[in-house]
Formats: sequence, C-alpha cells, structure tokens
Amino acid sequence: MKKRLKKIWKWLDDRGGLSDLMKPLTTHLVPPESKWNYVWGSATLFCLILQVITGITLGFLYQPSADVAYQSLVYIENQAFLGSFIRGLHNWGASAMILLMGIHMIRVYINAAYKYPREMSWITGVFLMAFTIIMAFTGQLLRWDNNGVWSAVVAAEQIGRIPWIGHWLAYFVLGGETIGGETLNRFFALHVFLFPALLFLFVVYHLYLVFKNGISEPPKIGRVVDPKTYRDWYEKMLSKKGVPFFPNAIWRDAVFSAFVLIIIVGLAWFVGATPLTSKPDLASVHANPKPDWYFTWIFALYALMPRQLESYVMFFGPLIAGVFLFSIPFMSNRGERSPLRRPWAVAGIVFVILSIGSLWYVGTKEPWSPRFNAKPLSKYATVPDPSTKVQKGIDLFNTAGCIYCHRIGNHGGIRGPELTDVENRLTRKQMIIRIVNGGNNMPAYGGSLKKEELDEIVSFLIAKDKK
Amino acid sequence: MGCPCEQDSNNKPQNFEDRRSFLTKLTFGIGAFIAALLSFPLIIAMLDPITRKKGHKWRKVGDLNDFEIGCMKMVSFENASPYKWSSKIAYSAAYIRRESEHEFTAFSVNCTHLGCPVRWVAKSELFLCPCHGGVYYKDGSRAAGPPPRGLYSYPIRVTNSHVEIETEAIPITTMDS
Repeated sequence: MKKRLKKIWKWLDDRGGLSDLMKPLTTHLVPPESKWNYVWGSATLFCLILQVITGITLGFLYQPSADVAYQSLVYIENQAFLGSFIRGLHNWGASAMILLMGIHMIRVYINAAYKYPREMSWITGVFLMAFTIIMAFTGQLLRWDNNGVWSAVVAAEQIGRIPWIGHWLAYFVLGGETIGGETLNRFFALHVFLFPALLFLFVVYHLYLVFKNGISEPPKIGRVVDPKTYRDWYEKMLSKKGVPFFPNAIWRDAVFSAFVLIIIVGLAWFVGATPLTSKPDLASVHANPKPDWYFTWIFALYALMPRQLESYVMFFGPLIAGVFLFSIPFMSNRGERSPLRRPWAVAGIVFVILSIGSLWYVGTKEPWSPRFNAKPLSKYATVPDPSTKVQKGIDLFNTAGCIYCHRIGNHGGIRGPELTDVENRLTRKQMIIRIVNGGNNMPAYGGSLKKEELDEIVSFLIAKDKK
Repeated sequence: MGCPCEQDSNNKPQNFEDRRSFLTKLTFGIGAFIAALLSFPLIIAMLDPITRKKGHKWRKVGDLNDFEIGCMKMVSFENASPYKWSSKIAYSAAYIRRESEHEFTAFSVNCTHLGCPVRWVAKSELFLCPCHGGVYYKDGSRAAGPPPRGLYSYPIRVTNSHVEIETEAIPITTMDS
C-alpha cells in the first residue's frame, strides 16, 4: 500500500512538477530575525482566504435580487443550518482583515520596509487597501436591510462631490437615477466578481514581489539603505545567515493565523454578525443609516468638520490621502529605516492613530445626532410638585423635540447643552430669546411655538431640581 | 561585390528580425482588438441602467381633501419606469405641504448633506436628520447642522382634485450646490 502511494506520488511529481512548483517557496531564504512582527501580512491574507470561503458559502444561500435579498438574509440568519455562524465568520473576517491590514501597513511604515527596493510592494499594498475598503463597503450594503439601501444613497452623495462628473458617477454607482432593481445587482457584481478578481491579481503580484525582493530585514540604527549597494548586501547577508522560509519562518504565520481564526470563530459564535435592521424601504423615513465600525471615524468626520469645507473635504480628502500614500516610497526610498531615527515618521503615525481613534470614539457616541428614541420626560416626576403650567411645559419639551437634543436628568439627546440646571445659567428672558431665535446649531422656534407654549416651556426650564 | 551565398547569410538575420517584430506587433494588435471587442459589451451592460431614457412621470399621491392647509404629510410613490423586479424598492417618499387652497410644496426626504431620510417633527415644525444632525425648517430651508443647502423639492400639481408629484432622480448634492 505504502509502496503504491509512493509510486503514485512519484508519477504525479514527475509529470505534474509539484516539487518544482513549490521549490522556490521551500528554498527561499529570509533574514533570520524576521519573527513575530512579520505575521501581519500573512494573517491579512489568511482573512482574505477565509472571506473567499465563507463568501462562497453565503453565495449558495443569498439571493442577489432587490426584492428578496433581505428575505434570504433573514433565512440565513434564522433558519439555515449554521447560517448565522457563517454570516458571523464573514462579518468578523472582514473586520479582522481591515484591522490586520491596518496593522500590517503601520508595521511596514514604522520599519520603513517600503524603501528601496520594495517600493512596488508598498504601491501594490495601497491598491490592495483601496480594494479591501471597497469590499468592506459593498459588503455591508449587500445586507440590503434599511441600513444597506440608505448606505447606497450615502455613497452616491459622497461620490457626487467629485467635480464635473460627480453627478453622473453617483447615478452610475446607483445603477439609475433612483434606487431600484439594478442597484443591488451592481453592488453584488462589484463585491463578488470585479473586486475579488482585482484583489487576487494584486495579492499574487504583491506576494511575487516579496519573493523577488526578499523580506525586509528588521531595521538597525545606523544601517542605512543605499540603492547602489543594498541588493548586493542583502544577497550576501542572506547567503551567510538566511534561513529557509519554509518552515523556519512560515510556522509563525501558521500559528498566528490559527490564533486569528480562533478569535474570529469565537466572535462569530458568541457575538454573531451585525444584526439586520428592518427590511429595506425607501418610502419609510424611519431609518438611521450608520456604517460598520471601520467607517465610524469617517462618519464622525462628516458630522464634525466645518460646514463650508465639507464638500471639498469629501473630494480632496481621499484624493490627497491617496496621492500621499502613493508618494511615500518616492519621498524617501533610502537612508535610515529604524523608527528610532525617524521621529517625524513615528510622530505622523501617532498623530494619524490618535486622530482616527478619537474620531472613532465620538463616532460611537454620535453627540451630533438627535435621539429620536429618547424616553419622554415624566409629566409628574421630572420636577417636584409641578404646576399645570410646568406639566404642559414638560409635555411640550417631549413633543416639540427639545428632548431629542437636550438632556434633562438621565433622559434626552446630547446634541445641545444639558438643561438640567439651566435655571442657574440663564434668566427667563435669555431662555426666551434663545428659543425664539435659535443660534449656532439650535433652530429658531419662534415660528412654531405659540406665546403661551413658550411661556410653559420656560416655566418648566426655570424650575429647580429637575431630574 | 561578393558572391550570392555571402549576401544570403548577411540578409538572413535581418529577415528574421523583421519577421519577429512583425509577428510581435501582430500578436499585440490582435490581443488589443479582442480586448476592445470583449470590453465593449461589458461597458454597455454597466451603462445600461443609466443610458436608458426614463423620463419623468406624474404620480398621483392623494386627493385634495387628504391634505390639510398648513400641514405636512408624507407620501410615497413609484419611481419612473423601474425595472419590473424592483418591487417595493422602487418607491420613494416625499413630504407634501399644502400652503394654501391650491398651492403645494413637495420636499424630497433626502437630507442635502449625505442623503439620509429626514423626519418631520410636527410640533416643532422641523425636519431632523438622524445621521449627522441636519435640521430644516418647514419651508425646507436649512436650520442647523452640516447640510450645505435646503431640502430639494419635487414638481407638484393638482389635476381633477388629485394631487400629483413628478418623479425625479435622487437629488445629488454636488460641490457647487
């Protein structure tokens, strides 16, 4: 039996050239110090493979049709065998891919691995990042719940800010002038055919470049990159102390990928995918479109930046960011690689992480959004011994939407200032002026409130011990 | 000068070069032709939903009596010539306000900032956007928040005591609006 198997293998290897195919991989030499800091890229690739497999699995169950896609998702989530687990894997796999890709990129930047001769690795990496982001966005849209359809509108509006052709491009993306049967199919074709194909092409090339130019050695202070001598030096270093990629280096990739998988499986099983919102309905305004966590910081940026700049930022922001990323290896492709000798590079990274981090933090809080679901204030308990006038004021505070933006005690939105003890800050007259005329981001209520209503609200606001 | 055989051996490599360069050009030329041929239907298919003339249609959204003077009411209507398989997705909403006996205004529900659906709060007579906190007054003008302009409006008319709205593209805010 064993002999027979050996014979079959020999035949396969001889005619099929399997060993020859794998040889460059098994004999490829890598710097011996490339250890645990070199697993981020392979883990990102692992996530891509996971996405392909779970994506194909979902493809067997999903109906890419505008009228029934949502129903098929409900089926996957609630009825299909392991359906919600698979959707969870695909969901968390995407999250992990974005996160690991980000860490991989930061790692490469901090260690300046993009310098000579690996500029093209960086450039293809920027392309891969763009494709991955597009995959993430189109993917969350394919949920085709109320959040999904409105995300398509939001995407079209952003594209609309591109000068000259924005208008046209927006309708191109939507597949028509309105959301329709075509819209979902467009995003489906992009998410399932076009961008995966581009991802594969660029991943293969990205990997080929790793083999061609070799894995960058960990930087050392004072060891500068000089394009004239680097390749020779690298070859000599490898032949002196290089170790074969397989298995001396790849085992760490395997271990780390397994670790990533365990976390994704755990999240998929115990937390599950982003819950579906209500079924898609553009004729209902009770939607609250919100992006998945990886876009929350952009969502926050759109709410917080100065209004006059906004349209420009929407167009020039991504443009400048893209041009900047592409130009990094051209701005400095030689010299020091150690982060200890590149303080500005490190400061830049820290700045970017802090900015995105804080935007992300406010994005989860959404202080700019009215809270439509705020619990109405109790007519009787908000103020001790309320008079009829104050009770009417409390009612108005609820129905006129004051509570969507202003907090009293533990209830209400946080868009505007908290009004629990506003009686200590403003006089009755000042409150009236403020409500009637508005100001900053407060709309003017002069036209919509009657004089006695205004009086009632202010009587409530001026009352002490609100809670 | 020289014998024919010498000339022959001199010319041969030259001929080969010509032949090779011709065949290279031929292969690339054919390749480009095939690529152009195949991408043509792909591009046409992608453009189909946009290049197709849809026109605009008047849709009935209610009777005159359904709208009270001075009140805002949300209506929904089918977009112009949707693909048949769009079903419910092909419906849009609009806010209609009856200004006077014969005067109507129809606002698009899309916030002019990023297109999210605005909600009408009747008591305060404001439209509030859930996404980034855009606010509009009852006449559609911007009251607060990031929107660069007021709400877009639809053409609206009254025929035989029916209120009709003309379908429009989803309004896209551009750099210069």
